[in-house]
Amino acid sequence: MKALFYIIIFVIIIVACWQFVKLLGLTKVENQTATEKENNLNGWLLLGFMGFVYGLMIYSLIGYKDVLLPQLSASAEGHHIDVLFKLTMGLILIVQFIIQFVLFYFSFKYRGINNRKAYFFADSHKLETIWTVIPTIVLSGLIIYGLWTWNEIMDSSDSKDPLIVELYAKQFQWEARYAGQDNELGNANVRFIEGVNTMGVDFSDKNASDDIPLVVSEGNFVKELHIPKDRKVIFKLRSQDVLHSAYMPHFRAQMNCVPGMVTELAFTPTVTTAEMRLNEDTQAKFEHINVIRKEKGEEAVEFDYLLLCNKICGSSHYNMQLKIIVDEQADFNKWLATQKTFAQLN
Amino acid sequence: MSDHHHKETFVTKYVFSQDHKMISKQYLITGIIMGVIGGFMSMLFRLQIAYPEESFSIIEAFLGRAGEGGVMTPDMYLSLVTIHGTIMVFFVLTAGLSGTFSNLLIPLQIGARDMASGFLNMISYWLFFLSSVIMLASLFIETGPASAGWTIYPPLSALPQAIAGSGLGMTLWLVSMAIFIASSLLGALNYIVTVLNLRTLGMKMTRLPLTIWAFFVTAIIGVVSFPVLLSAALLLIFDRSFGTSFYLSDIYVAGEVLHYKGGSPILFEHLFWFLGHPEVYIVILPAMGIVSEVLAVNSRKPIFGYRAMIISIIAIAFLSTIVWGHHMFVTGMNPFLGSVFTFTTLLIAIPSAVKSFNWITTIWKGNLQMNTALLFSIGFVSTFITGGLTGIILGDSALDINVHDTYFVIAHFHLVMGVSAIFGMFAGVYHWFPKMYGRMMNKDLGYLHFWLTSIAAYGVFFPMHFVGLAGLPRRYYSNTAFPIFDDLADINVLMTIFAIIGGLAQLIFLANFFFSISKGQKSGRNPWRATTLEWTTPVEHIHGNWPGEIPAVHRWPYDYSKTDENGDLWGGEDFTMQTVPIRDGEEEF
Repeated sequence: MKALFYIIIFVIIIVACWQFVKLLGLTKVENQTATEKENNLNGWLLLGFMGFVYGLMIYSLIGYKDVLLPQLSASAEGHHIDVLFKLTMGLILIVQFIIQFVLFYFSFKYRGINNRKAYFFADSHKLETIWTVIPTIVLSGLIIYGLWTWNEIMDSSDSKDPLIVELYAKQFQWEARYAGQDNELGNANVRFIEGVNTMGVDFSDKNASDDIPLVVSEGNFVKELHIPKDRKVIFKLRSQDVLHSAYMPHFRAQMNCVPGMVTELAFTPTVTTAEMRLNEDTQAKFEHINVIRKEKGEEAVEFDYLLLCNKICGSSHYNMQLKIIVDEQADFNKWLATQKTFAQLN
Repeated sequence: MSDHHHKETFVTKYVFSQDHKMISKQYLITGIIMGVIGGFMSMLFRLQIAYPEESFSIIEAFLGRAGEGGVMTPDMYLSLVTIHGTIMVFFVLTAGLSGTFSNLLIPLQIGARDMASGFLNMISYWLFFLSSVIMLASLFIETGPASAGWTIYPPLSALPQAIAGSGLGMTLWLVSMAIFIASSLLGALNYIVTVLNLRTLGMKMTRLPLTIWAFFVTAIIGVVSFPVLLSAALLLIFDRSFGTSFYLSDIYVAGEVLHYKGGSPILFEHLFWFLGHPEVYIVILPAMGIVSEVLAVNSRKPIFGYRAMIISIIAIAFLSTIVWGHHMFVTGMNPFLGSVFTFTTLLIAIPSAVKSFNWITTIWKGNLQMNTALLFSIGFVSTFITGGLTGIILGDSALDINVHDTYFVIAHFHLVMGVSAIFGMFAGVYHWFPKMYGRMMNKDLGYLHFWLTSIAAYGVFFPMHFVGLAGLPRRYYSNTAFPIFDDLADINVLMTIFAIIGGLAQLIFLANFFFSISKGQKSGRNPWRATTLEWTTPVEHIHGNWPGEIPAVHRWPYDYSKTDENGDLWGGEDFTMQTVPIRDGEEEF
């Protein structure tokens, strides 16, 4: 019933709009189409609107710099992406600032006042060739550079001694498994899920026994995923139920987890968690965040790498996360040695 | 078809009408109603995003148990974004936009008495109506409407155990969309046949207004791609109801292993986007056609590069069918395939750039008549450029990795196809309202509507890019679970305020539209002094469009401000109707 009340309010606003204009309309002679006076006014308003758009763009570009991800990419592959991103963004912004100006300035300049005469100008092969060829050249450059970058990132075939980690997605948590001594993951399938074997590992597979699960048997969630700095990490992704997406924005990495198949994503971390906490961007961002949190009466936080789910997966999609810790290699090895393999757990 | 003495009853005239002009109005009004509902949903979920912990009585009023205490449930949030997307893309911007203007303008601008098949045309509308009713009915069921996102990726959309909305809500979604596709195919076939066969004497394909070219090519893309969505939906229905495994494999959900084996969700993604990407061009091409026409009429200048415009429409249409994989760079699809799709995707920027430059050149040295239709067309060019440029980032596979499925994508497509297409639709409504209802819409309300809407559109969607660059994923009910997103709260509030301004501005449009139908000032036969054939028909609608013979056409549709060798305007007017024969000494363009 309250919905009806709101609908009636909206209808009253609509009726009021019309009545209001009718009242104003009584006092002036209506011309059906735009008059020169209106052309002039709207022309100036377009110029003002251009000011608004430019103001908004500049304000956003400067004012929102703090909320962006830290500039420093935490992976070697991410660095390639950042370079390409900056180049492309730079080009886009230049084009945007020029073209919007031309559009609004022409709209203002040629507003129909003082009996202006339009100029019959229907075609120019020269102009059209120019604006077909220039975008083609620029885009070709971007395509070639983009594809080179893409291949650098996606091709992990030549990496030496990579660390192999499985990420296992399910509504609404992440589990993980390290490949262990043999650096090969044992087979797994949802049909093996039973009791503590929450990831469906096939223990009859000889590669499975040395695998190190990151799942705590009492059903506690995994708290942290450790990975080493300067060593290629190849993630093998699986999903238990629906599509999920492993998104690690600080590493500029993302790949979907697809039920029924194993997908892959790889990168070489280059900045440890401790180093990233000392990064200037990160510190500025977290100072800002902690001020906001203090106002809300929440405790202060410090930076951590995160794995988020980035493919709609159900009610709690918005809270499916895992903390990632990047360690120096020695620290990582020490930590891994304290973890139990399946053989030791069973 | 020309038997206009035949007696009309209320039902044959206003309900089961076979007249293209009436069907066009039916499409428009249904589209507006769906737009109000879809737009209102976005207001509700914007409130949730900006104020995740606060309670709003309006949320409780409209969402009932799913909004108990004035805070919506996560499931309801997902349902709202799903149905908002579905309604806006299909029901408003496909049926509402194409259905309205293809129906109104194809016969009138090519010089035909009606569509090739008035009966199929009527069926097409009523199927659309039926599918709208079913979609809306799904809002009222116990388990809630579909909530797997408008892309309905399985397994989430296939498993009621995974999310409540995938029960009856999803079934209704699929039934509604299957009917919608049938409607859209009947409409599209009719448009194609009509344009090819029923053009009046002298109306060569190279004398068609760009609106008709856009509608014609749009209809072809629709016929090529919509059936693929139908097969995708059918296979999903099989998986859901008959236990097949087209999309599903190795699933453990709600404590049990399901029997599915060997299917792949990636197959669904390919089928979905084989329609899904052409779909955004089905949405934007008609808007481009409308904008080209409105810009030329109100600049009092020919459209610049008429032939280049046609070629780029065709190029965009062709490329649109081979770029779908750019939605799937990070789905596990082979990276080599990703490279191919990056290549084809970035190519599409070339015809888009040509069109944008041609529109701007059309304005150059014009005599701009700043009515509401022109303002919305200028707004269209602006938002199309702003949104289109970021496509260069998203279409580049390497760059897509880190912004895929974040708010950056939401900002991009809302500007380039959401706001732009809606602006094109508004331009069309303001421009052809006199043709539809024989009356003018109020100018002052029109200006107010445009200024508020365009400020709100930029205010919502420009800052949104930065939320995406901060790494915030789309479809998050709340971002309070992540302290790293705490600093986005202010931007979210700002965007929500602009969204509400934009929403309220649409009330002005509704007032203007509905009151002008009966209370607007009576219009003349050719209020905008345009050259095309629809303005040669009488203001009062008659069956068969022209009382006597259908006029013949002697020239292209863009003879605005054409001068003779002395620099005087031909005929002393700044426009020459298409029906005027080429004069002595005049060269046909």
